[in-house]
Amino acid sequence: MPENENYREIEITVFRYNPQDKTSKPEYQTYTLTETPGMTLYIALIQIWSKMDHDLSFDFVCRAGICGSCSMVVNGKPRLACKTRTSEFEDGKITLLPLPVFKHIKDLSVDTGNWMNEMSKNLESWIHTQEETDLSRIEKPVDPAVAEEVFELDRCIECGICLASCSTKVMREDFVGAVGLNRVARFQLDPHDQRTDEDFYELVGDENGVFGCMSLMGCEDHCPKNLPLQTKIAYMRRKMVKVK
Amino acid sequence: MLNREYVTELLTGKDTTKHKSRMPARIDFLQSVSGLLLALFILFHLVFEGSILLGKEAMYRLTKMFEGEPFIEGGEPLIISVLAFIIFALFILHAGIALRKFPSSYREYRRYIEHKALLNHNDTNLWYIQITTGFIMFFLGSIHLYMMMTQPENIGPYASSDRIYSDWMWPMYLVLLISVVLHAGIGVYRLIIKWGWFDGKDPRGNRQRSRKIAKVLVGLYLLLGLASLGTYMKIGYEHQNDYGKRYVEQKK
Ligand code: HEM
Ligand code: SF4
Ligand code: FES
Repeated sequence: MPENENYREIEITVFRYNPQDKTSKPEYQTYTLTETPGMTLYIALIQIWSKMDHDLSFDFVCRAGICGSCSMVVNGKPRLACKTRTSEFEDGKITLLPLPVFKHIKDLSVDTGNWMNEMSKNLESWIHTQEETDLSRIEKPVDPAVAEEVFELDRCIECGICLASCSTKVMREDFVGAVGLNRVARFQLDPHDQRTDEDFYELVGDENGVFGCMSLMGCEDHCPKNLPLQTKIAYMRRKMVKVK
Repeated sequence: MLNREYVTELLTGKDTTKHKSRMPARIDFLQSVSGLLLALFILFHLVFEGSILLGKEAMYRLTKMFEGEPFIEGGEPLIISVLAFIIFALFILHAGIALRKFPSSYREYRRYIEHKALLNHNDTNLWYIQITTGFIMFFLGSIHLYMMMTQPENIGPYASSDRIYSDWMWPMYLVLLISVVLHAGIGVYRLIIKWGWFDGKDPRGNRQRSRKIAKVLVGLYLLLGLASLGTYMKIGYEHQNDYGKRYVEQKK
């Protein structure tokens, strides 16, 4: 019975597995709890962890959709758990899986961080310029519209949801995915970066890069930050195809 | 033989000037160009096929027109052969390039299927239809194109109907029709997204619009194709006792 009769009970089923432990077998475990007003999956999981099962692993940091650590598969859809309310699910049944594609740590916890680091390094995600910065002078102005566009792409929180929603990535491990292509587009658009399209071609001009994308649009339709992935991938494709 | 340029690429992934190959870019572009040309071809092809809905005479005249009448007395079926050859070449090119996108191992296939089922995402599901119909067309498209290349004189209201009904080609045509219409429709929708053709001010809304238009076109073309196929079957059924006789033009 729910603790308060105005509240309903919900069932949260979680994928349990610890790849480090030889005796661990993949299984699904269901927890029943009382839904409180405004409950998010973050609150629900913390309740399960503190009241029912201290062995359950999952990741949260910011609880506000900023850090990108709480991504998981919620009833089939990769989402941010801290931004997902349990009330959305009418039948009160929620199944949680770890993100596919990334290294599985335990239960709902996966290692997105190392992958993202590697990607950032491989795609040389920093401003490349020959200009010396002279701190005593005012910076060169940037067209506000361009700055706006760059900032828009900078909103990526590296949650990995685009990769977990991408069947191409699921089939082909080396694909950089939307997060990578978005990153390259961000520097391609930034006037501070002096790299040419030829330089960017060296980073994403192959089938692990932009030509690997099959336009399945899982990224576009699941990105929790609503980044313009569809248009930015098309943009990079048009740029890269024109490189001589 | 050691080809230094190729071996360098084999060893480093780059050519001797330390550049990545431009081939992936060219191939990706060719995939789209060949797909678009094939889709445009199909758009017209099915309409011309549909001339049978206007009667045997209409289909006959159209066929003769494609054979070069009235410039060539009696028509020249070789023109159709050449046309079929060009389409076949495009078709082989497109299919060859498309191979790189197919799941290439059982593992890849399983992972795609399981992920697709888990995600149940519309465009990811569409891709399954696209590779399945593409795979079917490897075979059925080849049969059809080879026949048109080698027996172009056997096109006409009775000749085609006999082939479809008495020669038992209709099951093949039925499957080919459904495959090609779905494949071309989904393919063109994907092309629009892939290159960002109609992004405009509202790319998300326009994507939904493109999807809707593609759906309606697929529906209309399926109806048109099925109606034409049905008509050929009906003519073939009525003509079975005169199998092999050719249609004679009505004199006005
Ligand atoms: C008349 C026949 C055909 C038409 C009209 C057609 C049309 C198209 C179009 C418009 C595209 C999108 C191109 C792109 O993504 O750049 C496409 C993609 C594709 N086609 Fe075809 N095609 C035909 C035959 C075939 C055949 C015979 C095969 C297979 C052997 C095939 C396999 C594929 C595949 C796998 C893709 C997906 C490529 C990707 O996802 O990037 N197609 N087709
Ligand atoms: S692009 Fe979107 S889905 Fe992908 S990592 Fe960034 S925020 Fe997450
Ligand atoms: S906990 Fe930071 S995004 Fe969810």
